[in-house]
Amino acid sequence: MKFLRNFLDKQKPNFEKGGKWEKYHSIFEAHETLLFTPKTTTKSTGVQVRDAVDMKRFMMTVVIAMIPCLIFGIFNTGYQHYLALGQGVEFLSLDAFLIGAWKVLPIVAVSYSVGLGIEFVFGTINRHPINEGFLVTGMLIPLVLPATIPLWMVALAVAFAVVLGKEVFGGTGMNIFNVALTARAFLYFAYPTYMSGDVWTYLPQENTEIVAGYTGATPLSIIAEASNEASASKDLILEAVQRAERFPSTENTALVAQAKEISEGLNNGTNVVDSFASSGIGDGFYDIYNMFMGFIPGSIGETSVLMCLLGAFLLIFTGVGSWKIIVSVFAGAFATSMLMNLIGLNEYMLMPAHYHLIIGGLAFGAVFMATDPVTAAQTEKGKWIYGLLIGFFTIMIRVFNGAYPEGIMLAILLMNTFAPLIDYFVVQSNKKRRLKRATV
Amino acid sequence: MNKFLLNLPRLRTKIDSLIKLFMSKSIKIKKGFDIPLAGKAAMQTAEIAQPETFAIKPTDFHGMLRPKPMVAQGDNVKAGTPILFDGKNESVMYTAPVSGEIVEVKRGAKRKLLEIVILADKTMEYESFATHTISNLGDLSRESCQEAMLKSGVWPNIVQRPYGIIADHEATPKAIFISAFDSSPLAADYAYILKDEDKYFEAGVAILNKFTNKVHLGVDKNAEVSSLFSNVKGVQQNEFSGAHPAGNVGVQIHHIDPINKGDIVWTISPVGVVQIGKLFLEGKYDASRTIALTGSEVKNPQYYKTYTGACIGRFIADNLKSDHVRVIGGNILTGEQLNSKGHLGFFDNQITVIPEGDYHEFLGWITPTTKKLSVHRAFGLLSSFFPKKEYVLDTNFHGEERAFVQTGTFEKVMPMDILPMFLIKAIMVEDFEEMEALGIYEVIEEDVALCEFVDLSKHDIQAMLRQGLDLIQYS
Repeated sequence: MKFLRNFLDKQKPNFEKGGKWEKYHSIFEAHETLLFTPKTTTKSTGVQVRDAVDMKRFMMTVVIAMIPCLIFGIFNTGYQHYLALGQGVEFLSLDAFLIGAWKVLPIVAVSYSVGLGIEFVFGTINRHPINEGFLVTGMLIPLVLPATIPLWMVALAVAFAVVLGKEVFGGTGMNIFNVALTARAFLYFAYPTYMSGDVWTYLPQENTEIVAGYTGATPLSIIAEASNEASASKDLILEAVQRAERFPSTENTALVAQAKEISEGLNNGTNVVDSFASSGIGDGFYDIYNMFMGFIPGSIGETSVLMCLLGAFLLIFTGVGSWKIIVSVFAGAFATSMLMNLIGLNEYMLMPAHYHLIIGGLAFGAVFMATDPVTAAQTEKGKWIYGLLIGFFTIMIRVFNGAYPEGIMLAILLMNTFAPLIDYFVVQSNKKRRLKRATV
Repeated sequence: MNKFLLNLPRLRTKIDSLIKLFMSKSIKIKKGFDIPLAGKAAMQTAEIAQPETFAIKPTDFHGMLRPKPMVAQGDNVKAGTPILFDGKNESVMYTAPVSGEIVEVKRGAKRKLLEIVILADKTMEYESFATHTISNLGDLSRESCQEAMLKSGVWPNIVQRPYGIIADHEATPKAIFISAFDSSPLAADYAYILKDEDKYFEAGVAILNKFTNKVHLGVDKNAEVSSLFSNVKGVQQNEFSGAHPAGNVGVQIHHIDPINKGDIVWTISPVGVVQIGKLFLEGKYDASRTIALTGSEVKNPQYYKTYTGACIGRFIADNLKSDHVRVIGGNILTGEQLNSKGHLGFFDNQITVIPEGDYHEFLGWITPTTKKLSVHRAFGLLSSFFPKKEYVLDTNFHGEERAFVQTGTFEKVMPMDILPMFLIKAIMVEDFEEMEALGIYEVIEEDVALCEFVDLSKHDIQAMLRQGLDLIQYS
């Protein structure tokens, strides 16, 4: 280490004011501080001792919390690949890992290199230090993309998100929208065919023969489809009933009664759950256990609720992620699903509430995206409201909007917009308390 | 009937204590953080030769706009001789803590007055003021008390909120607050340093009662309350329990009788109260005080008897474990770095010596450690697993300054209904109305010192707050 330190000390003057590479000071500094913590001391006035935490450690804690999701994602990418080909391999097998790593790690590498590259450019132009925020963003982006995404799209999305989602606002800490979700939303709207449909499973060639029963669909799309189908069938039956009722006869009456009964059976919430049972290869491919564990198709890092909860545990224990937000997103989603159950206008609304918590990206979004300290609500009370509303809108988007199978991304982006407003009201109430105290 | 009359005094004390019980409040402070720093002063007072020089520093007093020295180099002064005043407020005298010869009137850039240094006499001479007995203190008028206090040099002990400035003698505060315990790291124990000063404390409180209708005394619920505080009359005694900053007078004000816009509240430390008491009972400005020498780098952390503004050289000479240290006048949260010949500030009862932290650490931002202290539990910071451990902490900055990231830790160490982050942001954009509405009048530096300590983004929160206070006060 001594050698490294000496080398850095020798190079340092070149990057300081008046040195020949003065322009690149922030790049040098970023590398130097990555290797060695700076030797700066506290000022002569003010606190003489500082808390040992720094931004790098704080951000790395989030990255470490995501590692279970990443590793699981790598295995699952390979596992789904072999499932589709009909060559069943064990989930925790070297084969699965190798294929998964081969698909996933390049995405991670592209994400980091493009993002950090842009940070370096901006740091050099604006002469500001390189911020640590991208350590987290660079890992979040790959985890919310399908493994089949072309690498150039990853690069484009990262560039878009870092420049327009963050740097134009002034860099880490100043952005309004979650940077990783900005990247995902960009891809979602710019290249929808690469972000939805049968994109979740990596197949060697386009026309590869896949095993019968394997659809590669996410639970969200299965449910949306089943719900749509049920609604369509019901509409069809009801129309037929209406027509039949115009010609009353004993025969018709019996048939109408029968048809009505069937139509009612279409709207009791069992269909969507049944459709889980009938999808996939063999029994129980989409059962609660598999969906909770994450042995299903989906974005790289979001399929496993268990891994997200593991990350949540680390974030909550370390205090890096707000437990209030995590808990309230789940609570908001669950309460809204219960409410939807009561209203029950379509099959999706009738799906048992607990299914909502384990399908799609709800868990991943709640744990890693909603808790982003920069874009979330900043007041402690505000965090509850912020989380509850994210949960609420996620379910609303899921059950009412057929165009967007997943609601959490849009719900978080929407609430990013409203977080300052929530804070505004919390701050107002603080001010009002103070004012009231003065007048009593 | 006779029996009843005999019992009357006893009945009265009973009623008194009942009234006291009814009036006093007990408050549990749930937020905050005690920094478990190594190097607590042993409960013993060492005898050493007094420091040669003592100094008064105008920079210790907020709101002192035009400090003007009243003495020149070579002048002889007694303890209590005026040596300095504020051109904007000529009634308050800042007087010599010891008798001796003025050896230096030190000025800095733009001729800013930095300190007036006195070479102390071997035997102390005092300016004499009128003496009184405890029983006739009650006959004194506010005006006569005030005059004596302003002239003798005890007045600057009274600090006025908002802004934490030297009290305006023409104002009538709605209350005066005294915190009877200092919860900051390794702070001197008032019960120890004011041992046997009971009557002076009582007299001081009696004088303070002439300026206001209410004197509050905040005591530590979790410790045995010294007789100094428990027996004193003329105060509302309030109990506080919890971690630092429970002992900060600002926190106590917030929970007992918060400062609203337009309110004036005075605060004074028990040491200041005793000085006032001595002025009236002994007829002199007695600036003697016991200070605690603390910190991990001190060989024998213990107490020393000296005077206000003492030069720290004698206390630390041959008493440090290494020479690569930082010597701090005051505590590690609000203190100020001093050089080896520096002088303690007017309000300081403490010297803290800790290691300097100017070293690089390989991958120090991620390696797990039990040696570093953190309120956060971010990956690898394991201090929260060892709640009883004492830490040797150095001055390393631990990271670099960054944009604010709201982590919720400010709120965990701020036991007031104040949103520190929003207040600081209002100061940054110089939004006066917002600062006011968010409660800037209720806080001074020491109240946000823990926020500065825990700040992930490493801002100078205390300096920023003062900037905001100055903005409001002077515009």
